[in-house]
Amino acid sequence: MKSSSLTFRANAEHALLDTQLQRALDKAGSGFIERRRAAMDALPVFEQLRHTAREVKEHTLSLLDEYLLQFERQVISNGGQVHWASTPKQATDIIVGLCHEANARKVTKGKTMVGEEVGLNEALQAAGISPVETDLGEYIIQLADEPPSHIIAPAIHKTREQITALFRQHHARYGLSQPLETVPAIVNEARQVLREEFIQAEVGITGANLLIAETGSTVLVTNEGNGDLTASLPRVHIVIASIEKIVPTLEDATVILRLLARSATGQEITSYTSFFTGPKRQTDLDGPDQFHVVLVDNGRTNMLGNEFHPMLRCIHCGACLNHCPVYSAIGGHAYGWVYPGPMGSVLTPLMIGLKQAPDLPQASSLCGRCAEVCPMSIPLPDLLRQHRFQLADNGAVKLKPRLALAAWGFLATRPRLYHWVMNMMTRVLHWASRGRGRLQKMDLCRWKLRSVCRWLDPKS
Amino acid sequence: MQVALFATCLVDLLRPTVGFAAIKILEQADCEVVVPPTQTCCGQPAYNNGDRQTAIRLAKQVVDTFYRYDYIVVPSGSCGGMIKIHYPELLKDDPDYASKAADLAARCYELTSFLVDVLKHESLDVTFKGQITYHDSCSSLREMGIKYQPRRLLAKVNGCQLKEMADTESCCGFGGTFCVKYSAISTRMVDDKVNNIKASGADTLVAADLGCLLNIAGRIKRLGLPIRIFHVAEVLAGMAQGPGIGEDESR
Repeated sequence: MKSSSLTFRANAEHALLDTQLQRALDKAGSGFIERRRAAMDALPVFEQLRHTAREVKEHTLSLLDEYLLQFERQVISNGGQVHWASTPKQATDIIVGLCHEANARKVTKGKTMVGEEVGLNEALQAAGISPVETDLGEYIIQLADEPPSHIIAPAIHKTREQITALFRQHHARYGLSQPLETVPAIVNEARQVLREEFIQAEVGITGANLLIAETGSTVLVTNEGNGDLTASLPRVHIVIASIEKIVPTLEDATVILRLLARSATGQEITSYTSFFTGPKRQTDLDGPDQFHVVLVDNGRTNMLGNEFHPMLRCIHCGACLNHCPVYSAIGGHAYGWVYPGPMGSVLTPLMIGLKQAPDLPQASSLCGRCAEVCPMSIPLPDLLRQHRFQLADNGAVKLKPRLALAAWGFLATRPRLYHWVMNMMTRVLHWASRGRGRLQKMDLCRWKLRSVCRWLDPKS
Repeated sequence: MQVALFATCLVDLLRPTVGFAAIKILEQADCEVVVPPTQTCCGQPAYNNGDRQTAIRLAKQVVDTFYRYDYIVVPSGSCGGMIKIHYPELLKDDPDYASKAADLAARCYELTSFLVDVLKHESLDVTFKGQITYHDSCSSLREMGIKYQPRRLLAKVNGCQLKEMADTESCCGFGGTFCVKYSAISTRMVDDKVNNIKASGADTLVAADLGCLLNIAGRIKRLGLPIRIFHVAEVLAGMAQGPGIGEDESR
C-alpha cells in the first residue's frame, strides 16, 4: 500500500474538518470503550490473564524459530504446505503463483491486515485476479476503493448514509433499486451478492489471529462467518499470517482468545472462532483440497530483541486505537498507512522507515491510555519515545524546535544562568506587556517565589 | 522530617501561587519544607522530544539537588512521574546514579498523594465556595496512581461540592510540546474536555497538573466560558480567592 504518512499533519487537519468522518467517529468511539469496560468488569482475572498472555508470548518469541518450524512440520503432516516470505513482494508472488496454479480468476478474502501490509489486493489485480472482500466492513471499503481505517472495524469512518449510497451506486447492476434504510437491510443486500461470490471463487484467502505450533492449526475469529465460507468453499485455502502470531499450544491460544474479543469489541468471544487444520480429509464432507500457509516476516525478525521487541506481542485487538484521543479525533486514514493509532505509530516507521513517517511517533500526547488497556502490556508510549530518540539522533527534527530545545536544555542544566535569564525574560515580558495582566503578575509572583526560596534555604 | 519541594518550571514561571500553596499545606502538616534553589526543570521536554542526553543531564541534576532530603514532593503528577518512573530507567546504566535514582524515586511523591498516603494528613480547615469538577491528568493517574487522593482532600474543604465530569480520565490534549506541534489535534482534544467540563455543571475546574490547567484555561478563556480554574494545591491551601488560572490578573 502506498503511504501518505509523510503528509500526516495535513491529513489530520483535513480529517478534523471532515464532518461526515467526525460524525462516524463520534458515533463509534464511546461504544467500544463502554463495551470493553463492561467486559473487563465481568472478568476479575483480567490482570492475571494479561500476565499469563505476556509470558506465553515472550516464551514463544524466545524460541520463535523452533515453534515456527514445529508449526510447519504439523501443517505438512496434516497435508498442507507452508511458504516463507521475508518481504511483501515474496508474499504476494507466492500467493499470486498459487492462484495461477489453481487457475483462479476470482478469490474471496477474509479480513487480513497483513494482506494490506503486503499489498495483496493490488498484486492480485495486477495479475488479472479479482479479489472479493467478504467481511462486511472490508466489502464496503472495497466498494469505496479505500483502505481500512481501523484494524478490526475497517469501515468505521463511514456513516450509514455513505454506506447506503455506496450500495446504491455499486449494486444497481445486481438489481438493487430501493434505498437500504436499516442495518439488517444493508447486511442482507451484501449477503445476497457475496453468496454468489463464495460459490464462484476458486481460491479463498484468510488471515489468522493465531497459529498453533503443536497442531499446525490457524485460528480465525470473525463475527460474520465469512471466514468459514472463504476457507471451506473454494478448492484452495490460503492463509496469510505474520510470524508473531504463533503460540505453542491450544491452551496458550485460549489465554489470548479470552483477552482478544473482550479487548476488541467487548464480546466474551466472537461469534465464530474457527480452527483450520489442513485440507479436507477423506472423511470430511467439505473443505478445500489444498491448504497453504504463507508466513510473512517483513522486518519482524529484526525487532526480536531490540527496543521494539515488545511490539511483537501485539494481538491486533485494536483497544489502543479505540482508547486513543488522537485516533478518535482524526480517524485511521490520516496516519497514512495500514496500521493506525498507537500500535500503528510504532509499527509503521519500522515497516516503511522512520523517514517516511516522522510525524506518527510525535503526534501523541503520550497520555498512556493505550498502554493501560493493552491486553499484552505493550508499553506503547515508551516505544513511541524510542522512535523520538532515533528521530533526534538522526537530526530529523526540524530546525526551529531543535534550536529552541537546545537553548532551553543549555539553560536548564545551568541553574544560576537559567534563573538569571528567566528573571530577565519575565522583566522584559512585564515591560512589553504593560496593560496585559497575566504577564505583569508573572513577574511579581516570580520574585515572590525567589524570595521564598532564599528565605527557606539561605545558601541560595 | 525535611521535605524538599520541586516546584516545577511551569509553577515557578507561570503560577507561583501553586508553589506557595504547596509550602503552606506541607507546613500545616508539620513538615520542614525546603525549596532547593538550584532546581530548574525535570527534563521532560527533552525526554519526550528525543533528546536523551539532556534528559539524563537534568535527571542527574535533580538527583544531586534532592537526594539529601527525606522526601521530594511535586505539585504535578507529570514531573513526579518523570522522577519516579523515568529517572530510574534513564539512569539505570550509570554506575554512579542508578541506585541513587531508584532511591530518590521511592521517596518522590505527588503533593496530594504525599498528604493522604504518607502523612495521612486530611484535616483541612479551608473554605471554597463552589462546585468543583476534577480533571485526572494522564501522568498523575497512570504513572503516579493519583485518583482518590485529591478527591478525598477536596471532600474536606468547606463549602465545596465535587461534580464528576464524563471522561475525566481522558487526555486534555496538552502533552507538553504536543500541543504546540499538533495544535489542531490538541485543540480538538481540549474542546472535548471543555464540553465535558461544561456538561458537568460545575463552576470550577481543579486538577493537579499546571500543564493541563494552562491548556484547558486557554481554551476556556478563548471560548469565554464562566468557569474558574485552580490548581488543587491552591484550593487545599485556601489560596483560591484571587484570580483563577487564565483570568485577568491586572490590578
